[in-house]
Amino acid sequence: MRAGHAISRWLVLLVALHAIVIFAGFFAPYDPTEQERKNPYLPPMRLHCVDSQGHFHLRPFAYALNLREGSFDQYEEDTARLLPVKFFVLGANYRLLGLVPSRWHLFGADNERIYLLGSDSFGRDQLSRFLYGGRISLFTGLLGAGVTLFLGLFVGAVAGYYGGWRDDLLMRLAELFLALPWLYLLFALRAFLPLAVGPLQAFFLIVAVLGMVGWARPARLVRGVVLSAKERDFVRAARGFGATDGYLLRRHILPETSSVLLTQAAILVPQFVLAEMTLSFLGLGVPEPVPSWGNLLSSLQQYSVLVSYWWMYLPALIMLPFFVGYLGLGSVLQQRAEPSKIGR
Amino acid sequence: MRTARANCSSWRIIFVLLFVLAALFTLPVAASPQQKNSKEELLVLPGEIGRSGGRLVVSLRAEPKTLNPLNAPDISSREVIGAMQADLVHINRATLSTEPALAKSWKISPDGLQYTLVLRRGLKFSDGSPMDADDVQFTFRVYLDEKVHAPQRALLIFDGKPISLQKVDSQTIVFQVPKPYAVAERMFDGCAILPRHLLEKPYKEGKIAQLGALTTAPNQWAGLGPFRLKEYVAGQRLALERNPYYWKTDTKGNRLPYLDELVFLFVPSADAQVLRFQSGETDVISRLAAENFSVLSRQQKDYTMVDAGPGLEYNFLFFNLSDPTEKTPADIVQRQKWFRDVKFRQAVSSAVDREAIVRLVYQGRGAALWGLVTPGNRRWADEKLPHPPRSVERARELVKEAGFSWGAAGNGDSWLQDSGGKPVEFSIITQSSSAERSKMAALIQDDLKQLGMRVQVVPLESRSLLDRVTETKEYDACVLGAASTDADPNVDINVWLSSGGLHLWNPSQTHPATPWEAEIDRLFNAQMYARTFEERKKLYDRAQEILWENQPMIFLASPDILTGAKKSVGNFRPAVLEPYVLWNVEQLYLRNEAVNATR
Repeated sequence: MRAGHAISRWLVLLVALHAIVIFAGFFAPYDPTEQERKNPYLPPMRLHCVDSQGHFHLRPFAYALNLREGSFDQYEEDTARLLPVKFFVLGANYRLLGLVPSRWHLFGADNERIYLLGSDSFGRDQLSRFLYGGRISLFTGLLGAGVTLFLGLFVGAVAGYYGGWRDDLLMRLAELFLALPWLYLLFALRAFLPLAVGPLQAFFLIVAVLGMVGWARPARLVRGVVLSAKERDFVRAARGFGATDGYLLRRHILPETSSVLLTQAAILVPQFVLAEMTLSFLGLGVPEPVPSWGNLLSSLQQYSVLVSYWWMYLPALIMLPFFVGYLGLGSVLQQRAEPSKIGR
Repeated sequence: MRTARANCSSWRIIFVLLFVLAALFTLPVAASPQQKNSKEELLVLPGEIGRSGGRLVVSLRAEPKTLNPLNAPDISSREVIGAMQADLVHINRATLSTEPALAKSWKISPDGLQYTLVLRRGLKFSDGSPMDADDVQFTFRVYLDEKVHAPQRALLIFDGKPISLQKVDSQTIVFQVPKPYAVAERMFDGCAILPRHLLEKPYKEGKIAQLGALTTAPNQWAGLGPFRLKEYVAGQRLALERNPYYWKTDTKGNRLPYLDELVFLFVPSADAQVLRFQSGETDVISRLAAENFSVLSRQQKDYTMVDAGPGLEYNFLFFNLSDPTEKTPADIVQRQKWFRDVKFRQAVSSAVDREAIVRLVYQGRGAALWGLVTPGNRRWADEKLPHPPRSVERARELVKEAGFSWGAAGNGDSWLQDSGGKPVEFSIITQSSSAERSKMAALIQDDLKQLGMRVQVVPLESRSLLDRVTETKEYDACVLGAASTDADPNVDINVWLSSGGLHLWNPSQTHPATPWEAEIDRLFNAQMYARTFEERKKLYDRAQEILWENQPMIFLASPDILTGAKKSVGNFRPAVLEPYVLWNVEQLYLRNEAVNATR
């Protein structure tokens, strides 16, 4: 009962976070690829309710920032120019869920752009890039985990249920996959691919690669569960009554693996999101200017960015709730699956 | 116990005696540079008088491949060799004009075919052996030998005929050039004089090009530069020591160089170089990116940062205009049809926001570029070259004239398509190692989007990029940069001539592919042999204008030369030519010995 309560709490958090990312077009104020070249490395604008004269404003506002004379990246607030935050405004074109064309955005400002998380070296809005980037990164994680679990379930069930040479072959193959130096293989793989890979192709490529890499571990877990399940009394009884392999697997054995799979899913998704970030960080992910969380962080490779523009770290900080959500869900699922090992 | 001590003391006496003897022998030698030796004709350098001693530490991005001036293609090798070798006539990196070096003077015959060079008297290699005309003769025999494959050879060949030389006496050499050549004395810069007594035997055995590994024993290597080899620690550093026989003094008669030691640390990344400089481990830094320059300037404590102004580096975008072969993929051949249209290239040039590149890529520390000659090269830049501001409208007109039109895409955007209805999509390759050029490509991508062109940026590792551009020719467009090694146009011969290997858009042609390339070939060759500067300038200006009209290279921007040094480094005067900081290494000195001794 309590576990169920905890699960639904984590689920609500995750669904809410994913909804924001899925509806990035609405929540993000601007087009994530649009460059505003007069505002490179603009620090996050602070929202005020009281202006410099001490007047209270009901509608929060930001001050426009002006470039300091003769400088490239030093801005100062222009207290004469207020940018009140407006809600439900018309702005850049986007497609809701990739289907419905729309121009409505949650918030925005007249005349000038509002940068709540600052801007990058091209003057692109970091908040919009973060939200849109989450679409790529989170869905690589989700899809990649889906592919992985499907493969893992299939291989694990075959190996565990049939045993014998099939088991040996599949498990040795799994060990081989666990031992391969994946990052270097990815570099090699990239060299064979055509020169220009479009964002969509790159996305599916990453999903496929992650799925291929990750199946070995869940396969071994599933195999263990299947091995023990097929010797259970009710399975033997069903077989005695003449149940076919397909029926046994579907009706009795695979349902036993569901808790392992769910736990694995909750662990794999954040892992794969991180993997996508690693690939993009190294320049192997979706190509610029399409944002992904890895692309967002890759500018931190430069020393000058590290020491000069603190807001470039912010995406890393805002990602945390996503990971906490998944890992929290994972640990609750694990507790429910193995109540005896809670104290471990 | 007792005998041991007695032994010990007698040894000590012997040791002291030996030391005194040694001192007696070495003192006169050590003192000789200070004496006014009537036999030596030293070059007196004007400038701040420095103090002797100390060690200067510099970082290099990579380990030099060799110490051998015969086969040094990489920057690190050139930087080290520059401190160890000397040439007959040298291009002053600050004034960009030639001045006497090992040759104290030179005369040109009235027909312009004979150069008579007179060597300084009393020159010695860094191992103490004397240098004379025989070494010069040997040196040029080696450079001109086809089997050696020295890169200097190309500069010593005129119209397919090599220069020749004759020794008159031990101090005088006559060089014959096959054709009167505009700035023939400039060819001597970069031709380091080689020690015949060390290299003649390996040369005869055909092994000379393989010599000069960093592991060479210091007594097996000699040069005429301010420093000589001392020690090499693989993966860490290369230490050079003062050459006591160097042939320059300051105005007070102190023999140069001032420094006792010059140490090159191998620091693999630009960021690590900045950190080392910040922590005081290195004394000078050059080739700084604008972001790092501003980081260092902001935290400036005991160092000075110098923006030496626009250098000779030019960055450009070019399209693949090479002749397709059977191996060229069909889609590239298809896209080449657009690229070959001069209006298409002009449209791209007009749509590119050069000012944004200067501001966003170089933080304003650079100059927008419309031609190959950068504003840093005032003498040769063509003032008549148009500098039109960015205009998307003009670009739209040009593509429309070229037969392109716009088709509507689903989401309200419109995309450019050619007369056959094919959408204009192509990729730009660029060096993944250069954050600056990747950024330029990203800006161009966005600029061209406004024209309706769909562009993808593909960062590639430098070697595979050059392989694609010069060998397989499987690419659409490329953003690249190059730096002239001298202000004189002749060093860029391989870029200008259609037969040149760096004529990147269509390299190493057997016949000029287009009439305008043939015209550039003619103009460039004519300026090489023209006698006066005015005549040369006129021809070279015309070549620059033809390049502008046809836009095979769309020039983007040129960065400033950004350097820094500790405040304790004296005579620090960075130049816009390579080696930006160490060009006057013999005059660099350390003001405060105490600080450096504690390291």
